[in-house]
Order: sequence, then C-alpha cells, then structure tokens
Amino acid sequence: MKKSKFSLLLILTLVFSLFLTACSGGKDNTEGEKPADKDDATGEEVANVPQELRMLDSSEIPTMDTVLAEGSTSFTYINNVGEGLYRLDQDHKPVPALADGAPEISDDQKVYTFKLKDSKWSNGEPVTAHDFVFAWRRAIDPATASPYGPYMMGGKIKGAAEITEAGAAKKDYNLEDLGVKALDDKTLEVTLEKPVVYWEDLFAFPTFYPQNEKFVTEKGDAFASNAENLLYNGPFKMEKWEGTDATEWVLVKNPEYHSADDVTLEKITVNVVKDSNSAVNAFEAGETDMTGLLSSDIVPSYEGDDRMLRWNDPVVFWIKMNQKNEALANVNIRKAIAMGFNKEDLANSILNNGSVAANYFVPKDFVTGPNGEDFREKHGDLIVFNAEEAKKHWEQGLKELGVDKLEIRYLGGDTEAAKKTDAYIKNQLETNLPGLTVKLESVPFAVRLERDNAMDYDLQFAGWGPDYGNALSFTDLWITDGGSNRMGYSNKKYDELIKAAQGELATDPEKNWEAQQEAERIMLEEDAGLAPVYQRANNILLNPAVKGLAIYNYGPDYSFQWVKITEAE
Amino acid sequence: MAKYLLKRVLYMFLTLFIIASLTFFLMKIIPGTPFASANKLGPAQMEIMKAKYGLDQPVPVQYAIYIGNLLKGDLGISFQFNNTPVTDLMFKRLGPSMQLGAQAMLLGTIVGILLGIFAALRQNTWVDYSSTFVAVLGKSIPNFVFAGLLQYFVGVKLGWFPVLFWRGFEYTILPTIALSMLPIAIAARFMRTEMIEVLSSDYITLAKAKGASFFEIAFKHALRNALIPLVTVLGPLAISLMTGSLVIEKIFAIPGLGEQFVKSITVNDYPVIMGTTILFAALFVVIILVVDILYGIIDPRIRLSGGNK
Repeated sequence: MKKSKFSLLLILTLVFSLFLTACSGGKDNTEGEKPADKDDATGEEVANVPQELRMLDSSEIPTMDTVLAEGSTSFTYINNVGEGLYRLDQDHKPVPALADGAPEISDDQKVYTFKLKDSKWSNGEPVTAHDFVFAWRRAIDPATASPYGPYMMGGKIKGAAEITEAGAAKKDYNLEDLGVKALDDKTLEVTLEKPVVYWEDLFAFPTFYPQNEKFVTEKGDAFASNAENLLYNGPFKMEKWEGTDATEWVLVKNPEYHSADDVTLEKITVNVVKDSNSAVNAFEAGETDMTGLLSSDIVPSYEGDDRMLRWNDPVVFWIKMNQKNEALANVNIRKAIAMGFNKEDLANSILNNGSVAANYFVPKDFVTGPNGEDFREKHGDLIVFNAEEAKKHWEQGLKELGVDKLEIRYLGGDTEAAKKTDAYIKNQLETNLPGLTVKLESVPFAVRLERDNAMDYDLQFAGWGPDYGNALSFTDLWITDGGSNRMGYSNKKYDELIKAAQGELATDPEKNWEAQQEAERIMLEEDAGLAPVYQRANNILLNPAVKGLAIYNYGPDYSFQWVKITEAE
Repeated sequence: MAKYLLKRVLYMFLTLFIIASLTFFLMKIIPGTPFASANKLGPAQMEIMKAKYGLDQPVPVQYAIYIGNLLKGDLGISFQFNNTPVTDLMFKRLGPSMQLGAQAMLLGTIVGILLGIFAALRQNTWVDYSSTFVAVLGKSIPNFVFAGLLQYFVGVKLGWFPVLFWRGFEYTILPTIALSMLPIAIAARFMRTEMIEVLSSDYITLAKAKGASFFEIAFKHALRNALIPLVTVLGPLAISLMTGSLVIEKIFAIPGLGEQFVKSITVNDYPVIMGTTILFAALFVVIILVVDILYGIIDPRIRLSGGNK
C-alpha cells in the first residue's frame, strides 16, 4: 500500500510538473509577442512615446550614501538623484548647479564663497549651506571611515589631511577645523589648502554633495539603506530600491528639481545582469534598451551595427615597474621592457574592441588645454614598440647589471581577458628580449591591490581612471612617494613640474599645461618609468530610439537628465 | 530514537563550531585587501578603515569577538555592501537559490530516475543507449554552455520562455532545466546500475514467477531497494544545488546566493564569507541527518540506534 502511494506520488509530480511547464510556456509565448506589437503601435503614433528607459547595469549599488561612495556605479545613481554645487553638463563640463552662478574667489584663490539657489529636498525642506557643512564634515570624520572623503579632500580642503592623521593616530580632532563654513543659510564659504586648478570638478564630485543633517541623524544606521531612507534633490528620485543587495531599482523624474522642466525622461528601470552575453541576449529579446559594458569577445559581432555605441574611455592600462627592484632600477632595462612588446597587435587582435595602443599615460580625448588642443597633440607618442631598440637597451642594461639573463615576476589579473593579455605580453617580452624569463602571477583584484600597496611585485599590469577632468589626475600619480605611486619612481625634475602645476601654476593655465606635458615626456621618454599598454574603449548596446545620453569620463558613468525616447526607427 | 537524535544534534553544533573556527583562520590567510579603493587610500586612512571593521586587532581577539557575535546570531556587516547586515543579505538571497535548487532537484531526480529505470528495464536497447547518452551529456557539458544555449535558442530565438530575470514561475523554467542536467545525469546513472542489480535478484524472479506485471515489478518491488545508494548522493547534491549556482545565477540574472558567495571570496568580504560558509555547513549537517533518517524509512533493515537493542 505504502509503496504504491509512493510511486503514484512520483508519477503525479512528474505529470504535474510537465503540465506546469507546458502551461506557463504557452502563457509566456503570448506575452513575448506583446511588446513587439506595442512597439509597432508607438512607431505610428508620433510624439506619444512613453518616456521610460529600461537599462541594465553590471553590478548592484554598493552604497547610495554620498560620503561613503567609492565606485562609478554609486556615483552614477547618486549623481542622477542628487546634486552638488556644480554638476557635469551634457558636454562633460562642470557648470554651476546648486551654486547660484560662479562663486566669489579670493585673491589668493583659496577662499570660495558660494551663493546657493533656492532648492528643496524631496521631503520639502530647503537645501541650505549647513547641509554642505554637515556632509563634508561627515565625509572627513574618521568615525565615518569613508574611503573617498579623505582621498578627495586631503591636501585640497583646508584641514582635511590633519583630521585624517589625527584620527589614524587616535588623537583628538575637531571637525570644525575643516575649511567649510555656512555664513548663512544661503552662503557657503570653502577654504582650500592651496589653489586647485580643477576646483569646479571637485565641487561637482558626489563626495561633495550636501546631506540633510536632521534626516541623516534621525535615520541613524538606516540612512541610505533603501529608497525610503534617502533624500533627493537631483533630476530624479528613487522610487524603488530595496538596498545595497537589490538587483532591480526604479528612478522617476523629480518634479521638485529646480530644472525639472528640462527633464523629459519620466522613469528609469535598472536591472542587474552580470554576464555580458546574457545582457546581449536580453537586449536582442527586447527586454532592455541599454546594456552594461560589453566584454570584448562580443564586440566584433556588433562591429558596424548602429545599436552599438563606442567611446574612448580615459582609462589607461600600463605595466608598473617596481624601481626598488635592482634590475628595474636600471633605465635601459625599463626602456627595453616598455618598448619590447607590440601594443598595436595587442589592441587590434587580442582586445579587438576599439581599444588603442597607448604610447602615453595621459589619455587622449580626455582634457583640452587653454589653446583648445587635446593633451596628446604636443607629444603624441612618447614610448613606442620597437623590437630592435628594445633589444639594444636590453643588452646594454644587462651589461650594466653584469648579468646575462634575468627572471622577472609579472603580477596580473585572474580574469580570462587579463590572462590572455598577460600571456601575450610575456611571450612578446621573452621573444624580443633574449635571456628574459617572465614569471606570470595571476591573482584576484583584491590581492593585486594589496601587493601593490606593499610593493610586492616586479612588473604589475594595472590601470587608472581619472577622478577629475585635469591631467593632474594622472600626472600627480608619479611624484616621489605619492600616495598611488607605489613603484618607487622618483625624479626631482618631475616632482618640481608637478608640484608647480599643483601649486603656483594653478592660476596660470598655459604654463600649467606645459609643465604637465613636459613632466609626462620626462617620465616616459627619458626615464621609461612606466610601460603604457593601451587606452580602453567602451562599448554598449543602446536602442537607437534613446537620444541624449550623457557619458562621463570620471565620477558618474552616465547622466540621464537629457535623455529623450524618440519614436522607434 | 530520541536519544540518538539528541546526540546527533549535539554533534551537529560541535561540527559547526569547528567549521566556523577553521574558516575564520583560513580566511585570515587568504591574501588580498577587503577595500575596493585600496590603491587610493593613504596609510592614515587605511588605519582608520581597518579600525572601523575591527581588522586592526590581533587575530585571536578578532576570533573571540567573532565567536561572541556568532553566538548572539550577529554575523556582522558586509564590506562590499555598505549598511547591509550579512544575515539580511543571506536570507534575502537564499530564497531564489533554494527555490531554483529545489525545482532543479525535483525535476532532475524524477527525470533521472525514470530514465534510469527504463534504461535498466530495456537494457542494451535504443532506450538504454539514449538514456545513457543523455546522462553523459548532462554530466559532461559544462552548465554555462548548456545554459547559454538554452537562453539563446529557447529564450531569444524561439521566445518560449523569458530570457532572464526572476519575476515569477515562468522565469524559473529555463534556469531550472539548465540546473537539472546534473541531477538527471547522476540519478539516471545510479538508477540504471542499481536497477540492473536489483532486477537480477531472487525476489524479482519470484515476483515475475507469481505473474506480477511489468509496472508492478519496476515500481513496487525494484524501485525501493534501488533508491538507497541514490539517496546518499542526492542529499549533498541537493545542498549544493540549493545554495546557489554561480554560473546559472549569473547567466539568468537571478538574485541568488551562489554568485554572492564566490564574489565575497574574491573581494575579501570577510563577514559574507563567514556567514555563507556557516549557512552552507548548517544545511549540510542537517541534510546528512535527514538522509540517515531516510535510510531507515526506505530500508527497514537499517536501524539508526545501533545494536543496543
């Protein structure tokens, strides 16, 4: 009896599950056809296109707290639902936002006095100068332990670095020492450590956004934990976001935004899809208007397709050479390595996604100088692939070191793409530089960062993206003992030029520009302090009906403020 | 029986404690920084961040604090997801993984058992060969390939099922099928071997002699005995399916635990690593107990309490 019941159950379950499968399959089939019909209909009805963007992102939002944010995903959504003194416009230029016009700047270019526009938080309270003071103090407060607060403020906003030092040493600090003051509700005074040539970018950066003290204090630990526990003052607000682990969220137009009339888009629905192939499948199935960045194996099949959007990202990948290593302290050995691999072939055949070989470290299409020229115009290629030259330097270098062969460790990433690139470079170097053995070490990102910190590597494949729209975001990396140098590069001349660009030349755009160009030339052409590899190109799939997407080089990835959905073509 | 159970439960807690401790120390050996912006942090800021997460303390102190919090049921706050307690993160993510795993397990074992039975009953015929073929495919094709093909052809090209996401039952179908390939293969292979053995035993010959029908022999007499080895394998398999598959969850954009667990290890999100390990371990020891109890139900010859009586 019991046995037959068991088998009956077995069969019933099977039949039931088959039935369910078949049934819901049929239902979905009809659902699948509907969107297509709708698209046709809207195609005929002019000027009646729903202003809704459906897009994919490749990661969850790690935080929506402006002072804790440290990655481009956070910055992107914070930028679209919030606003600071300045904001990036459609052409990447920082323009006054909450600031009512340009600030009053003191003669020594250190004190900025901003007048604020009338604007409101989404709970109806006005945005005041005190909100800035509160947020900035919170960002630098060692108790907050923000990664980007001290990074963006240290050495720039007066008193910031001292507070961090005191916090680390567990000494008393006073947040009122930070150079930010509310003169009244509508006037904010910011005091800088020294003149900062890219100050507009700084004040457009999400770390410098305001926060409403009462709201943040009231929410306590729950602040920024979901859409309800946030306040908005940007073009959009979050309608649905269940928290940092949410894989779906919805932004809607903020009717209270001061320039709400200029915002056409009503709604943005974002879904997280981490697999690039799946994102493409979703796009092809009409589930979304926009994918995240495409992995490079997908790009060739969309080459020439008007749905693929490509742009040069100002992110440069390079091989860091640890100059504490005896062999790599030798300039000839460094030149041999920097010239010893074919980057054109790497970019065109291995990456094959629009990325270009980099013979520089300040990317192209990134900054334009006072003369209206791209940074790269003056010294385009500073260190190029040349097997013969490389071999000469190599032999010279070996002679100077008194050895006939070298084994060098190469620290690289552990993703498929990284392993392919690294294997290619190893092969190139070993072929072009006789007597060289490259020992590949493929490690996860977190391990690479730690070893970079400890300078535990000989060669390291790494990349850098800027945090503000000035070449300094790259050139200040290599000053002696600079926070992110971490390869022992040191050249007095370089230091002088960059210190000048950060200091006395901050107010002289032309000289500043020249100083940085000269510094880059010295670093690469004379010292081969770094072996640039390539500048990244980004590719996404975007429904051609979506117009006006602003793509940014630093901070947020995109702004949806000017997006319009036109008729399907 | 009650005494046996009590003893088992006590051992379960001991096992969990050992696993938690081992994982804690192993985790401390994993190289890598837990801070995503480590290349931008100055030494002072690094100190401050370490202090915030208690990483500035000596390891034994960290261990004591950790075990103390664990006893209170506090697994800490995730590093990569600010503000989110690990327990919230885990239990929200566990739902989809469990559902998907359970569905795949159900579909997989039923289909696999049937395939195995028919293969055994029709040994060395086309039925047997095609069943073996399916089993070999299921075991040997990497599931990201199979899932990718399903998604593209059945989802995008044919449009029969949603391509991805997790919004209702129809969204679970493709990932369930993709994930069920392994249990199908395992169940079919085990079932076939066991059934062939059981079918050649004396009591089956007797049943045949008594004139029992084909159906009766297969499902009433042979199946129960042939199931025992399968139950041993399926318990742990069920756990590994229900705690989430990295590949399937990534391809079908399912907010599950599998992807999270793997990511937490690569980014050194210590609290999430610990939390998920303890959760997985707890599920494992529970399932092992359930499997042991099931033995007794399926085969009355197996007695749990041992030979005391």
